Amino acid sequence: MSTRELSRIALLLALGANTAIAAGPNLGKPLTAAEIAAWDISIQPDGTGLPPGGGTPAQGARIYAQKCALCHGEGAKGGASSALVGGAPLTSGIETVKTIANFWGYSTTLFDFIRRAMPWQQPRSLTNDEVYALCAYLLSINKITGENEAMNAETLPKVKMPNRDGFIIRFPDRI
Amino acid sequence: MGKIEAVAGNGLLGRRAFLRGSLAAAAVTGYTFTKSASAETLADGPWSKVPGELVAPYNLPSHFEKNAVRTLSNPKGEPRTSHARTPHHLLNGTFTPNGLHFTISHAGNPDIDPEQHRLAIHGLVKRPLVFTLDTLSRYPLVSRMTFVECGGNSAPMFSNEPIQASVQALHGLASCAEWTGVPLSTLLEETGVDPKAKWLVAEGADAPALSRSVPLKKALDDAMIALYQNGERLMPGNGYPMRLLLPGYEGNMNVKYLRRLKLVEEPAMSYYESRTYSQILPSGKAYRFFFLQEVKSFITQPSHGLAMKGPGLYEISGIAYSGTGRIAKVMVSADGGASWAQAALQEPVQSKAFTRFRALWRWDGGPAVLQSRAWDEAGNVQPTRAQFVAERGETRKPPAVQGFPNQHFNAITSWAIDAKGEVKHVYA
Repeated sequence: MSTRELSRIALLLALGANTAIAAGPNLGKPLTAAEIAAWDISIQPDGTGLPPGGGTPAQGARIYAQKCALCHGEGAKGGASSALVGGAPLTSGIETVKTIANFWGYSTTLFDFIRRAMPWQQPRSLTNDEVYALCAYLLSINKITGENEAMNAETLPKVKMPNRDGFIIRFPDRI
Repeated sequence: MGKIEAVAGNGLLGRRAFLRGSLAAAAVTGYTFTKSASAETLADGPWSKVPGELVAPYNLPSHFEKNAVRTLSNPKGEPRTSHARTPHHLLNGTFTPNGLHFTISHAGNPDIDPEQHRLAIHGLVKRPLVFTLDTLSRYPLVSRMTFVECGGNSAPMFSNEPIQASVQALHGLASCAEWTGVPLSTLLEETGVDPKAKWLVAEGADAPALSRSVPLKKALDDAMIALYQNGERLMPGNGYPMRLLLPGYEGNMNVKYLRRLKLVEEPAMSYYESRTYSQILPSGKAYRFFFLQEVKSFITQPSHGLAMKGPGLYEISGIAYSGTGRIAKVMVSADGGASWAQAALQEPVQSKAFTRFRALWRWDGGPAVLQSRAWDEAGNVQPTRAQFVAERGETRKPPAVQGFPNQHFNAITSWAIDAKGEVKHVYA
């Protein structure tokens, strides 16, 4: 009998042979809800996963100037990294630069991406309030929301992005 | 020895030249970068007269092969994406050496301690579980050859004018390796899957915690948690210590540094799926969830940057692959698609892997336009460029070679050879 088989039998005994166990080696360690919550940063388009907190465009403008303008330019007009305001119509050509205003289908993508990936040099350093404020600022300067409209877990998923219905699923049978 | 007869226009001999065994009589000419003088006399070189170099613990290629390296789009590590492209024109066979496998890194390669790395599977499962590299290594492992291709590979081919660039610059964001790991279905059996689950959100442990949504259908089909690449642990640029491998699907979905899989009902609409890898169409609508890397081929020898050594017999060689399955057939043309000869396929032909094709060609020194066109076992045919751009569009002016504003180009590539033997990229 191999070591692997022996260790599997030992494991089965340890777990109790009457528990429902799949045919595999069962070497995964169970995770508690608290352990998962500490690591799970996924946001769904319906708002599932959005944390408590909130922010306004005015607050977002200040954070933007401190933490984002270096790459994305003053007023989000673009710099070393892409502009975050404006955008040409998508009928301008297949190479049209994809922007929040002309392309992004879901406002929740803003929160998810800013929180997980920005600022480039220090990802996941922003507080949830700061991320909401930046969402509020970027949506507002793109005239998708009002200039004083605050964003939080209630309001953000309700924002309908201009290009929400602009997509075709390429191979529906693969989903 | 019998005379080798042309089977298509402009001197193309095709695969039958290989099958008839008449090749022994023919001297096949190699391609060169520059005019190199051939050795005139047989003599011992200085390297034969003294003991050689120390044997190294890890092999590196000969320093004479210093040009066989990846090209870098961001060598100084500026705060943007870095691409490293595979030099297809300097390689042969079907798998890519690990040091030359393409890499796209959105914020550098993380230096992950494998002891501390964790893979959590949670969400719509019966038992959320966490795995270490050590525990995954104790599962029954499987190996398979498969290519990985960036959704933006070949993006310069969308240009309205043919960009004069090497096959490395045009098609270098695709590579092929033997991957070894744990089938994802084995792990999902252990977590149990809630019937409501339709997608997995995969997340990496790199700085931007890169995230993509993957249909559960694919996860239960042939997805793998890959731990080894061509026999050794994954390269840092290819996801060390573990990555999601989705054979035949867009490279970016094969999440590197995989640390979390969350089973959900609806896709997350992450940045990369809802923005970067969604393709704008001429109508102004955009394709989302393209997933598949469709049937494709390109000639690697000869190709732009290589030169012919005068009229004579040459081997045309290239790579074909399909995200749908095996390559069924590759046809090669030497007259810009007016006539075609079937190329020989190097066995074994494997599903969703690079397949090397070869055809013999007698170049008479005149102008020629070389093309290859692949079919897969599901009957999908590689489109001509004209067919492709009629549906998918082309740019209004040539884009930067290193960017990829457009995705999923799989049409025919054409190399024109002039009377001097120089190879140019053309649309034909």
